[in-house]
Amino acid sequence: MPAQALLVLEDGRTFRGSSYGAQGTALGEAVFTTGMTGYQETLTDPSYARQLIVQTAPHIGNTGVNKADNESARIWAAGYIVRDAARRPSNWRSEGTLDDELSSQGVVGIQGLDTRAITRHLRERGSMKAGIFSGADAARPEAELLADVVAQPAMAGLRLAEEVSCKEAYVVEPAEHGWTGETLFNIVALDLGMKAMTPARFAERGVRLHVLPATATFEEAQALNPDGVFISNGPGDPATADRQVGFVRSFLEAGVPYFGICFGNQILGRALGFGTYKLRYGHRGMNQPVLDRSTGKVEITSQNHGFAVDAPLDGPTQAPEDRFGRVKVSHISLNDQVVEGLSCMDVPAFSVQYHPEAAAGPHDAAYLFDRFINLMTEYKTAQSQTTQSQENK
Amino acid sequence: MPKREDLKSVLVIGSGPIVIGQAAEFDYSGTQALRVLKEEGLRVILVNSNPATIMTDPEFADATYVEPITPEVVEKIIAKERPDALLPTLGGQTALNTAIALDKNGVLEKYKVELIGANIAAIELGEDREKFKGVVERCGAESARSHIIHTLAEAFVAAEDLGYPMVVRPSFTMGGLGSGLAYSPSDLERIVGQGLQYSPTTEVLLEESILGWKEYELEMMRDKNDNVVVVCSIENFDPVGVHTGDSITVAPAMTLTDREYQNLRDISIAIIREVGVDTGGCNIQFAIEPDTGRVVVIEMNPRVSRSSALASKATGFAIAKIATKLSLGYTLDEIPNDITQKTPASFEPALDYVVVKVPRFAFEKFPAADPTLTTTMKSVGEAMSMGRNFTEALQKALRSLEQKGASLEFSSVNELDVPELIESSKRPTTERLSQVQRALLGGATIEQLYEATGIDPWFLDQLVLLNEVSATIRQSTALTPEMLKLAKRHGFSDAQIGALTFNSEAVVRGVRQALNIRPVYKTVDTCAAEFAAYTPYHYSSYDEEDELALHEKPSVIILGSGPNRIGQGIEFDYSCVHASMALRKAGYETVMVNCNPETVSTDYDVSTRLYFEPLTLEDVLEIIAAEERTGGVMGVFVQLGGQTPLKLAAELADAGVPILGTSPEAIDLAEHRGMFARVLDEAGLIAPKNGTAVSFNDAKTIADEIGYPVLVRPSYVLGGRGMEIVYDEAHLSRYITNATEITEAHPVLIDRFLEDAIEIDVDALFDGKDMYLGGIMEHIEEAGIHSGDSACVLPPITLGQDVQDRVKAATRAIAEGVGVRGLINIQFALAADILYVLEANPRASRTVPFVSKATGVQMAKAAALIGVGVSIAHLRSVHHILPEQGDGGNLPDNAPVAVKEAVLPFNRFRTPEGHVVDSLLGPEMRSTGEVMGIDKHFDTAFAKSQAAANNALPVSGTVFVSVANRDKRSIIMAVKRLVDLDYTIVATSGTADVLRRNGIASTTVRKISQEGTGQDERSVVDLINDGEIAMIFNTPSGGQARGDGYEIRAAAVSNGKPCITTVAEFNVAVQAMEALRSYEWDVTSLQEHAVVLAAGLAAQNA
Repeated sequence: MPAQALLVLEDGRTFRGSSYGAQGTALGEAVFTTGMTGYQETLTDPSYARQLIVQTAPHIGNTGVNKADNESARIWAAGYIVRDAARRPSNWRSEGTLDDELSSQGVVGIQGLDTRAITRHLRERGSMKAGIFSGADAARPEAELLADVVAQPAMAGLRLAEEVSCKEAYVVEPAEHGWTGETLFNIVALDLGMKAMTPARFAERGVRLHVLPATATFEEAQALNPDGVFISNGPGDPATADRQVGFVRSFLEAGVPYFGICFGNQILGRALGFGTYKLRYGHRGMNQPVLDRSTGKVEITSQNHGFAVDAPLDGPTQAPEDRFGRVKVSHISLNDQVVEGLSCMDVPAFSVQYHPEAAAGPHDAAYLFDRFINLMTEYKTAQSQTTQSQENK
Repeated sequence: MPKREDLKSVLVIGSGPIVIGQAAEFDYSGTQALRVLKEEGLRVILVNSNPATIMTDPEFADATYVEPITPEVVEKIIAKERPDALLPTLGGQTALNTAIALDKNGVLEKYKVELIGANIAAIELGEDREKFKGVVERCGAESARSHIIHTLAEAFVAAEDLGYPMVVRPSFTMGGLGSGLAYSPSDLERIVGQGLQYSPTTEVLLEESILGWKEYELEMMRDKNDNVVVVCSIENFDPVGVHTGDSITVAPAMTLTDREYQNLRDISIAIIREVGVDTGGCNIQFAIEPDTGRVVVIEMNPRVSRSSALASKATGFAIAKIATKLSLGYTLDEIPNDITQKTPASFEPALDYVVVKVPRFAFEKFPAADPTLTTTMKSVGEAMSMGRNFTEALQKALRSLEQKGASLEFSSVNELDVPELIESSKRPTTERLSQVQRALLGGATIEQLYEATGIDPWFLDQLVLLNEVSATIRQSTALTPEMLKLAKRHGFSDAQIGALTFNSEAVVRGVRQALNIRPVYKTVDTCAAEFAAYTPYHYSSYDEEDELALHEKPSVIILGSGPNRIGQGIEFDYSCVHASMALRKAGYETVMVNCNPETVSTDYDVSTRLYFEPLTLEDVLEIIAAEERTGGVMGVFVQLGGQTPLKLAAELADAGVPILGTSPEAIDLAEHRGMFARVLDEAGLIAPKNGTAVSFNDAKTIADEIGYPVLVRPSYVLGGRGMEIVYDEAHLSRYITNATEITEAHPVLIDRFLEDAIEIDVDALFDGKDMYLGGIMEHIEEAGIHSGDSACVLPPITLGQDVQDRVKAATRAIAEGVGVRGLINIQFALAADILYVLEANPRASRTVPFVSKATGVQMAKAAALIGVGVSIAHLRSVHHILPEQGDGGNLPDNAPVAVKEAVLPFNRFRTPEGHVVDSLLGPEMRSTGEVMGIDKHFDTAFAKSQAAANNALPVSGTVFVSVANRDKRSIIMAVKRLVDLDYTIVATSGTADVLRRNGIASTTVRKISQEGTGQDERSVVDLINDGEIAMIFNTPSGGQARGDGYEIRAAAVSNGKPCITTVAEFNVAVQAMEALRSYEWDVTSLQEHAVVLAAGLAAQNA
C-alpha cells in the first residue's frame, strides 16, 4: 500500500489520497490542465515552476517516460495531482515509469483523489495556494499543514523567470534539427523558461538561435547583430518582468523583428504600455480554440497561462507607449475572449499567448514560426536595400 | 459567415432497416439532422423505409416518405418534391451509395439538386480504396501494401507479392461485409469469390496483414473555412483483425504519447483536407505496429458513422447536429457548444473519464455460425459505459450487456487450465476477454497473453488489477468499508462482491448503503470541468463529489432497453423516446436511464435528465435514490423498454419504488400461465392446449395428450429463444436432451401447435375504463414463424369483420382482466375459425412504432400519459394524441395499407467451413430490423416492403419452385399466374410433375443430391450461382431433403436473390409481382396518407 497523502488548499478544503512519486511536502499554486496526452511534456515545462498540477485526465503514466519527450532537463512542476497512476507503462518508446521519475527527481505527488472535484473547486474559486503532504508529513496536524500552505508566497507578484532560465548562453544550430541548407537567420532567444520544442521549431526552418539567459542585457544581445528577437514562455507574474520589458523596448526602438510566445506575449504587451492581470483559473490544456482575426480561421491550441494582457479588443489602437505606433489584438480565445495575440502595425513585432511549438498539443499554430521568418525576410531585405542605397549615396 | 440563404428545401436519406453494421445510430444522427434543418426554417423531406425510427415521426419532417431507399424510388421523390439539396451523409452507407447512384445516373443534375455535406469527389476519394491510397500517400502517410483486384485470377497473382495471411476487403460494402482474412489459397478463393459479389463495383482489395497491430480511430469535423477539430480518439482493446464494431473500444486513447497522438492528428487533418470533406464529419482508422510505432492508415468514412454516434455520446459533442449545421454553411466557431453554452463548437472535447464500449452478439441465434471474430462485423448491438477509470468503465459496460457470463468472473482458476485458456485466446471470439482475464487469474503472465492476443500490456495489466482487487475482496473477513470502497472504485457490482464473499447481492447492498458507500454522479461536459455544464447528462462513479443539481418537480423515470439485440431493438427505444417527449410536453420532468450509445434516447436533448448507466437493479436503485434526494420521484416506467426494465419491475416494487402504468402484479399475471388461464376463462377465451413439463416423461405425457405437432420452449424467454416446433416423440426427446436444461426452476412449456392458423397481433391501450385499439395486424406467414420475423399487414386483408370484432372484444376483456394501464400487445391465432389467445404482453411491443406509423396515431405517447393518470377520454378530447372518435381497429375503407417486413442477417454469418447459415424461418426470432411498405393497395404495399428489405421482387425472369409434399396442392394457382405473367418456371422433378399434371409447363432441374443426366449438368444451385434465377421459392420438407433445401437457400442468400420459404408469402408475392407488372407505384408521404385517413374518418363519423 502506498503511503497516505493529503492535498490541502488555501481555503481549507482538503482531499485525501495516497502518495505518488517522492514523499514529503510540495507547496505551490494549484492549477489544473485538461490535456489528455503529454504529461511528460507538461511536467518538464518550466512554466509550471512553483505550481501543483492537477491532471483532469484520469489515467496518467500509461506510456511511461522517455528522454526524447522532455521539454527541459528536469521536472519543474512543484507537485503532481492525479487520479489513477499507471501501474505498468506500455509504449514502444518507454524507458521507465513516471512514478520512478517523480521519485528520483524528488517531486511529491498524490494519487487516488477526485481530481474533477478539485478542478471544479479551482474553476469556481480560482487557482490558489496549496500543498501536497505525504508519508510522515501527512500525519502532521491539518491546521499546521494549512498554515504552511497559507504562508507560502502567492503567484501574483512572483518573479521566477531568472530561476528557471539557462545560466549560460548557448547556440542551437539548424543542422541539429535536420536543416540541411545554409542558415537563413540568426536570432536572439531570451530564455525565460523556454521549452525544448521552441528552438527545434526555429532550427528546422533554418534559423540559428543564440539562447541567452533571462538576465541578458540589450547590449549583449545587440552585439550578436540578430535578424530577430524572440522571448519564450516562462513562469511567474509578468508584472515583475521589468528588466525584460526594457530589453524588448530597446529592440522595438531599434526596429528589429520581434516574436514572443506566452510570457513573451505579456512582455510585448507591457513594452507597448498595456497592463497584465491574473486570470481566475488560467488556460491550461491543448483544446483551446483561438481565432486568428487576420484570417478568420480557428486554431486548436496548446495553452498554459495564468496571466493575460489587458488590451482593447476592438480594432487597432494606439499603443500607450505611442512611439511604437498602432497595435491590434491579432488572436483571441473563443472560449472567453482573452487576448491571445498582439500584432504591431508600425513596428515589426507580434506575439501569441499560446504555444505554437505545441509539445504537448496540436500543431495547428506552427505557421507562426513561418510568419516570423517572413517578418525577418522583409526586415533583412529592407535593411540591405537601405545599406545599398546608403552605399550608393 | 452565417448559413446559406439559397437553400429552401432539403432531402435527407435515412439508413433503412436495422442490419448488422448499420443500426440505430443513424436514427440518432438523422433525428438530430432533421431537428436542425427544421429549426433553420428549411422544408425537410425524408426518405427512410424503417418505421421503427424516431426520424420517421411525421413531426420531424415536412414530408416523410416511408418508401424503399433505392435510386429509382428516391428519384420519384425528387421529381415530386423538387428539393434544392440532398444531404446524404447522415444515413450511413445506404444513403451515401444511393446518393452516388443518383449522381451517376444524372438525376441530381436533371432536377438541379445540390449535394450538401459531402461532394461526390470527396466521397469517392474517401471510399474508393485505390484512390484513398493515393490520398494517404500525398499526405505523407503510409497505407498497408495492397492490390486491387477484379477477378479471382488477379487475386492469386497478388497473393504472390503479399503472402499469407492477407486481408480481403470488398469495396463499397458496409460494416465490412464480405471481408475476411485469408490464411491459405482456398480461403482466398472463397472470400474473394464472395467479396466480388458483395461489392457493387465487383472490386476487392487485398492487403498485407497488419494483424495484431494496435488500432485507433479519430473522429473529425471540418467546416467550409477549413477549420478542423478532432472530436474524439478511440483505442481498440482488441488489436487489428477484429472489426472495430466487434471490438471493445476505449475513449480517449490510453496508450499513446502526445507525439504519437499528434502524429495521428496531423495525418488525419491532412487527409480530411486532401479528400475534401469540407462541411461535415468523417472518421479515420489507424493501425500502429506495437514494436516500432509504424503507422498505417486503414480507412476513412467520409460521413457520420457508428463511431461518430459513439463519439458523440462519449464526449457530449453532438457530431450529427453540428455536421448538419456545417452543411448549411455555418462554421464551427459560429455554432455554440450546447453543453457549456458559452464556448463554441470549434474546440476538441477533453474527457476526465474513461468510456468503454462493448459489443453484444447473437451467436446463440445462429448455432451453425462460426463465432470467430473477423473483419466482418457480426455484433447486433453495443453498450457503452463511463467511469472515472478504465476498470470501473469496463465492468459497468460488461454488466450493461445483460448477458449471462458477460461480467468478469473471479472464481479460482486451475493452473492446469491456463495453457488451454492461453491457446484458445489466440482466436478472437466473444469469449476472449474472459479467457484472457481467467488465464491471468490462473497465473499466466502479461507477456504470455500479449504474445497470444496482441492486446496491449496496459490493458492486460488492468485485468490483472481487477484480479488483484477480487483477491482482496475474497480475503476480506467482512464487508469492510475499505474493501467495499476499493471494490467499487474498480466497478465491482454488489452481485460480484456477493459472489466473492458468499453473500447475497441484497446483503452487500444493505451493508454498503448502511456504510454510506454510494456512487456519485458526474457530468459529461465536453471540457473536463473547465467550464460549467448546463446539460444534465450524468454517469455514476464511486468518487468523492456528487454534481446533481436539485430539481423542482418529482421526476418521471423511464428505463430504457439497453443494448440492441435480436428481439429487443430500436422499437423499444422508440417507445421510451416518445414517452419522454409526451411527458415533457405535458410538463413533467423526465429522466432517461439507458446504456446504448446508438439510440435517440441517449441523446442528452431528449429527456430532462439523462443517466448513461447500466440497467441492472443495483444501478437503477442508486439512480432512483439520487433522484429522490435531489427533488423526489413520481414513479418509474418499466413497460416501455422491453424485457430489460420489465424484469426489474417486481424488485423495484419490492424496494418501494412507485411503478407507473401497468402494475408489476398485472405484468406477472400475464406471464404466469395458471393465472393468465383464469383471466381467459373468465373472459370466455381459449388458448391452445398446453402444459408445463419438468422432465422428458412429463413432456411426453403432455405432448401425447395435446397431440403433435407441439410448440416447445423454455419458460421465460425473449424473442422465442430456443423455441421449436416438434412433430413427433423422437424429435421431442432430441429437443429435451439437446436444447434445454430442464429442471423444476426451468420448466419447458409445451403448446399445441396450430397448423395453418392465421396469426394476429394487436396493440391496444387501456386506462381501466376505456380501450383504444391501435391496430389489428394480420401475419402473412402462418403461425409458427416468430411474429418478429413474419411479415404482417395492417389493416388485416383477409379477416372478416366478425373476426375483427371478436379480436377487439377479446383484447378488451384481456386488458381488463389483467389490469392494464397503458399498452398491451396480444397475439392471437385463428384456426378453423376459432380464435385462440397465444400470449399477452402488458407492455410496449415491437409493433408499436409500426402501428403508430401505419395509423398516424402515436401510441407510446398516449401510453406514457395514461401511466401518469390521464384518461383515454382526455387523450382524445384534450391532448389530441388519440383521435376524437374511432380507433385503429375500425379504419375507413380508403385507409392506406401498411406491410411490415422483417430483415434477416443471414448473409453475415458463416459456418466454420465458410458456408452461409440456413435462412429458414421458425419460431425463434432472428431478424435484426424491419421495414414498412405503405400504399393505397395491399399488393403494392407488399412489393414496396420487399424492395425496402433488399429483396425486390423480379418483374420478369425465371422463378425456381420446389416445395414439400404438403404444400404441392396450395401452389398451383399462384404458379399458373406467374406463367400467365410470362415468368419462366424451373422446378425440381417432384414439383415439376405436379405442375405438369395441372397443365403448367416448367423446366426440370436436378437437385444437388441427384446425379446429372448429361444434357444439362447444372443443378439448381449452379443456376442460382450463374445468376439465371430471379427468385427462389422453396419450402422445407422437414428431414430428408433438408440438405438440398439448405444448399438452395444458401445459394439464394449468397447471391442476394429473394428466397421465399412459405406458401403464404409466395401467394402474396405473386399478387405483388402482378401489380409490379401492371403499374408503377407512386410515392406518398405519411403526411399525405394522414390527410386521406382523416378525411376517411370524418366521412365514417358523419
